[in-house]
Amino acid sequence: MSATVDRPRQRPLHPVNAFFVSATVTLFLGALLSDLAYAVSYQVQWTNFASWLIAAGLLFGGVVLLFALVGLRHADRRGGRYLLYGLVLLATWALGFINSLIHAKDAWAVMPEGLILSAIVLLLACVAAWMGLSTLRMGELP
Amino acid sequence: MKRPALWAVAGFSVLLAACGNDANLSQPGPANVGPEPVLPEQQRGLLPSMTIASPAQWGDQRPTVPRGYAITAIATDLLIPRQSLVLPNGDILVAEGKGGGAPKLTPKDVIAGYIKAKGNSSVKGGDRLTLLRDGNSDGIYENRSVFAENLNAPYGLALIGNQLYVANQDALVRFDYIEGQTRAIGPPVKVTDLPSQINHHWTKSLTASADGRFLYVGIGSNSNITERGMIAEVDRAMVWQVDAQTGAHKPYATGLRNPTALAIQPGTDQLWVVVNERDELGPDVPPDYLTSVREGGFYGWPYSYWGQNVDPRVRPQDPQKVAAAIAPDYALGSHVAALGVAFSTSAMGGEFADGVFVGEHGSWNREKPAGYRVVFVPFRDGRPSGAPIDFVSGFRGTDGKTRGRPVGVSVDPRGALIVADDLSNTLWRVTPAR
Repeated sequence: MSATVDRPRQRPLHPVNAFFVSATVTLFLGALLSDLAYAVSYQVQWTNFASWLIAAGLLFGGVVLLFALVGLRHADRRGGRYLLYGLVLLATWALGFINSLIHAKDAWAVMPEGLILSAIVLLLACVAAWMGLSTLRMGELP
Repeated sequence: MKRPALWAVAGFSVLLAACGNDANLSQPGPANVGPEPVLPEQQRGLLPSMTIASPAQWGDQRPTVPRGYAITAIATDLLIPRQSLVLPNGDILVAEGKGGGAPKLTPKDVIAGYIKAKGNSSVKGGDRLTLLRDGNSDGIYENRSVFAENLNAPYGLALIGNQLYVANQDALVRFDYIEGQTRAIGPPVKVTDLPSQINHHWTKSLTASADGRFLYVGIGSNSNITERGMIAEVDRAMVWQVDAQTGAHKPYATGLRNPTALAIQPGTDQLWVVVNERDELGPDVPPDYLTSVREGGFYGWPYSYWGQNVDPRVRPQDPQKVAAAIAPDYALGSHVAALGVAFSTSAMGGEFADGVFVGEHGSWNREKPAGYRVVFVPFRDGRPSGAPIDFVSGFRGTDGKTRGRPVGVSVDPRGALIVADDLSNTLWRVTPAR
C-alpha cells in the first residue's frame, strides 16, 4: 500500500471536462481563421465572427479553468505536471481575454495585434489540451 | 499555483489601470478649439476611455446662464425632446423621439450599449410633435397640445410657407400648416424616403434654403468608423439637397460623419452644419466641428479627419479621397457631441447678438467629460471669430451628477434661446433679463 500511494498519478480528465478542453481549441482555431480571413479580405464580418468565437472560447475555457482549480485540491497527489497544465490554461485564458479587448476595437484597429494574439492563444490552447487529454492515453485508473 | 495566479491578476490590473490616460481637462482647452486646432497623436488603450453620465433630478437647481439672462423651463415631462422650431406666430414645435435600434453585431455592441444607456433617459420616445403657446407673451407657455403623433423618431424640423417639413428617421414628410394651428389636419404626406437601413446614427437633421426651394437633410454614418462594413455606408455620412416640391434629391456634401444639425446663415444662402466626429482615437482628437458647407465638398469621413489626417482603422484606404478632404472651419472640441446649431439675432443682446449657439450633448469617450452645455461661437464678418463662450452650463454639476443633456437649440427672433434637454425631458428658454 505504501509503495503505490507515494507515486504521483496521471488522472484522466472527466469526459465533460475533455469536451470543454477540445471545444476551446476549436473555438480559438475558428477565431484565428476568421482573423486571417479579415486580414486578406477587409470584410468586417470576419472580425465580428472572431469576436464571438473568442468570447465563446473564453466561456468554455473558463469552465476548463474551474475544473482545473477544483482539481488542484489534489495537486499534491497529481504532481507538477498538473500544476503546469493549470498555468498554461490560465495563460490561455488571460491572453484570450486581452485578445477579446483588442477585438473590441473598431474595424482595422484590431490588426495586427489581434491576429498575432489569436495565434498565440490557439497555440497555448493546443498545449493545454495536449497536456490535459494525453492523460487519457495512459490508461491509468483514477 | 497561488502566487503565479496572484501575479497574473496584479499584472492585469496594472494593465487595465494604464488604459485611462486622458488630459486633465473637463472642457476642450484653447488649443483644441477654433479654426486651427492642435491635433494630438492618436491613442487608445486596451479599453476605451469612458465616463458615463450619472443622471440626477434638477430639483431646485437650474442650468447656469450669463449675468443678465434668465432661464425657465417652459415644458417638462416631454418624451425625449430633440429639436425645436419657433413658428412665425411665436408658437414652439418640439420633435420628440428615440430612433436607432441598430442590430448588435459584436460582444462589444452588447456591453457598450448597456453601459451607455445608463447615461440617458429611460423614458420611451414620444414619436410626436408637441406645440407650445404663450398666448399673452408673459414667457409662460400655458397652452400645450400634441401637434402630430405616430411619427417615426422625428428629429429635424423646417417650415417653408405653409408647409411644415419633418425629418423622421426613415422619411422626410410634410404637413399642411396654417398660422395658429395647434393640431395637424390628417396624416403627413411623404416627400421622400431617407436612408434608414441599420440607422446606427438615426437622427435626420433638417433645414430649408433661404428661398424655400430646397431642403437640406443631414444623414449620419452607419458606424463609428466603418465597423459595420463599407456597404452599410452607401448614402450615409452626407447632407442631401432635396427639392421641396418633388422630393428629388442629390448628395450636397459628403464625408460628414454625423451632421446632427443644420442652419442657414441669415441674409445669405450659406448652409452651416455641426458634425460629430469619430470616437476611440483619443480624448482630444479629432474635434467635433462647426463648418460652412461647400456644395460638392468632401469632408474626410471615413478616410481622414480635419483635412488630411488619415484614420488607420479604415480598409481599404483611399489616398485620393484623403487628398480631396476639406478641413472644416471651426473646431468645437473632441467628443462634445454637438447636436444643435442656431444663428443668433440682435434681440439676444450684447455679446451674443452675432454668432451661433451650439448645443453640446456631452461625451462618453473621455475620462474627463466634455460638452454638457450650450456654447456661443461669436462671428465677425460672417465667420467664426474667437473662442466659444458658455451660454447655458451646469448640466453636469460639481457633484459629478448630470441633470440634463442639451440637444437642439433654436432662436426666437423676439429674443430667446430654446434648448431641448433629452435627459430631464425639459424645454428650456433663455432670455435677456428685462
